[in-house]
Amino acid sequence: MSLSGERPLPPGWDLPVDTERDPALVPDASAVEVPPELRAEIEQRMAKYPEHRSAALPALAAAQKLHGWCSPQAIDQVAAVMRVTPAYLSSVATFYDMFRTEPTGPHYVYVCTGVACHLRAAKTVFDAVEAEAERSGYDEAEIREFECLGACDMAPMASVDGRYVGPLEEGDAAELVAALREGRDVLPGRGLEDEGYELPWGSEA
Amino acid sequence: MTDTIEKKVLLAHIHEPGYDTLEGYERFGGYKSLAKALREMDPEQVLEQLQASGLRGRGGAGFAMGKKASFIPRGAMDKYLCCNADESEPGAFKDRLLMQKAPHQLVEGCIIGSIAAGATKAFIFIRGEYSLQADILDRAVEEAYAAGYLGERILDTDFSLDLVVHRGAGAYICGEESALLDALEGKRGNPRLKPPFPANQGLYQGPTLINNVETLSNVPLIIERGGDWFASLGTEKSPGTKIVSVSGNVQRPGNYEIELGIPARELVHGLAGGPPEGRRIKCWFPGGSSSPVLLEEHLDLPYDFETMAQAGSMLGSGSIIVVDDSIPIVSVALRLAQFYRHESCGKCVPCREGTGWTVKTLQRIDRGEATPMDLEIMAQVQQNIIGNCLCVLGDSMAMPIGSMVKHFRDEFEQHITRARASADRVEIEALGADDLASVAEAGPAV
Repeated sequence: MSLSGERPLPPGWDLPVDTERDPALVPDASAVEVPPELRAEIEQRMAKYPEHRSAALPALAAAQKLHGWCSPQAIDQVAAVMRVTPAYLSSVATFYDMFRTEPTGPHYVYVCTGVACHLRAAKTVFDAVEAEAERSGYDEAEIREFECLGACDMAPMASVDGRYVGPLEEGDAAELVAALREGRDVLPGRGLEDEGYELPWGSEA
Repeated sequence: MTDTIEKKVLLAHIHEPGYDTLEGYERFGGYKSLAKALREMDPEQVLEQLQASGLRGRGGAGFAMGKKASFIPRGAMDKYLCCNADESEPGAFKDRLLMQKAPHQLVEGCIIGSIAAGATKAFIFIRGEYSLQADILDRAVEEAYAAGYLGERILDTDFSLDLVVHRGAGAYICGEESALLDALEGKRGNPRLKPPFPANQGLYQGPTLINNVETLSNVPLIIERGGDWFASLGTEKSPGTKIVSVSGNVQRPGNYEIELGIPARELVHGLAGGPPEGRRIKCWFPGGSSSPVLLEEHLDLPYDFETMAQAGSMLGSGSIIVVDDSIPIVSVALRLAQFYRHESCGKCVPCREGTGWTVKTLQRIDRGEATPMDLEIMAQVQQNIIGNCLCVLGDSMAMPIGSMVKHFRDEFEQHITRARASADRVEIEALGADDLASVAEAGPAV
């Protein structure tokens, strides 16, 4: 999906809706098999809140971590444990950017192209990463432009599986994609969480 | 060098090794304020100190924190405190630093804030992208429970509090306080109709105090040193220090803590090093991407809530984005509009449609399909957004875009003319020889 261009409509948008069928009910708990560790995590989350529905976001995040995306199966499992309808969870999953409603690879690269990164040529970094992934046939990661990630001091930057790296240059794209493919640390020493991380100009990070 | 302008209060100890652990935080007097608030003061006195400090909310609106806390009804009922850590405003990254380096300062602030509000359950709503910071907070909360600063009967008093770190999943709108509550309740993050305000009817319909990370991080210091001490910093109406995030076309982007009221120039040119060599400042956002832009001549104004408002903008979350003269203003406006279109939750029509139309108009301008009249249409769209929605997300696009058109109308018009000319040229070049002959025969278009 491109932020600058028109968004393509999701596949199946023009198929007729089956109005004969009733919407799915809360799944029968005994009919849905839920991995025990996922069930434990969701139940533990639900116990933390006065109302158990509050656990919807963390529960979906846990299911996504297990399944790689919010697949119909993942949604059913969460619905069975939380005692809510799959439709309710789908409505939540489709609202938030970090929930994937389509299968992608196990990794993600969010290149920030928010306004502060945009001013520091983030688009060229994104284009370079995307082109490099395409050139080398790497499809194990969801590579997308992302709205402001809250690291404008590191601009331009990216979040690679949640690890903030920056400031990036066009020339980093090859190494970034290669490291992901080979399972190495991506740009070691240039992540916000890395020991002794500093901005090149020495201000607070 | 530049050390003299910075005034590190909130950030005083962040470079001390282990300051993000309980042991390190206690070494610098951590949780002493909590003990003081619980053992030596009653909740009313805590509230009084917060009111005396004049601390204004650091999340954007700048509403007095003590006053907000005083709106929470008294009496026994389920009350809540929510820390808004959904920092998603383009240009803002101060809360990220505070949570990463001084998580216990925030946890202590949440506990003391809960005492003032009479809350028994507190939440830190952190944006999902900040996974590192959320992990750090999780660890800090765990340590605080183990040390008896959270849980049942804190420090052997009658006060009990549970604190949960709740991760969002990527939606700017969840920084809006009522949308944050919906997200915390496990729903889509749609803003609610106000009133009732969260202080009366918030999370799970109970009275809820919502404050920003930086606001709550100030609370332990205020209790330790007194509201008068805090009020003595900064200006009369904008007391205290502020962490300012400076980004964009400057030489040293970063977080700088200063006393409110210093000239903005000291921040942009002094601390952040000014624009790159050979460049001039075209405009700057004084308070994140939602604030109307100001020009270079406004850099000499004092950087505080009142002055920025008088200059026609706002201090907001205290995030300065600098745009230099190499950047076409249309590209900034377009990028901004795309952000708000993407982040509009879609509940209110003026915002949902207005952000989309603004993007389309700006794309037409950029592609050479627009006429100067489109600027008027775009201005009308902005007027139809402002004040007509449940929350201010749409306004947050309309105001900066409006300010750009106001300050840079000439550039917009030139952009339209130039883009049209080059689009025409491309079209002519694409024509074959036969087409050109027929164009010539038809004569100039009128």
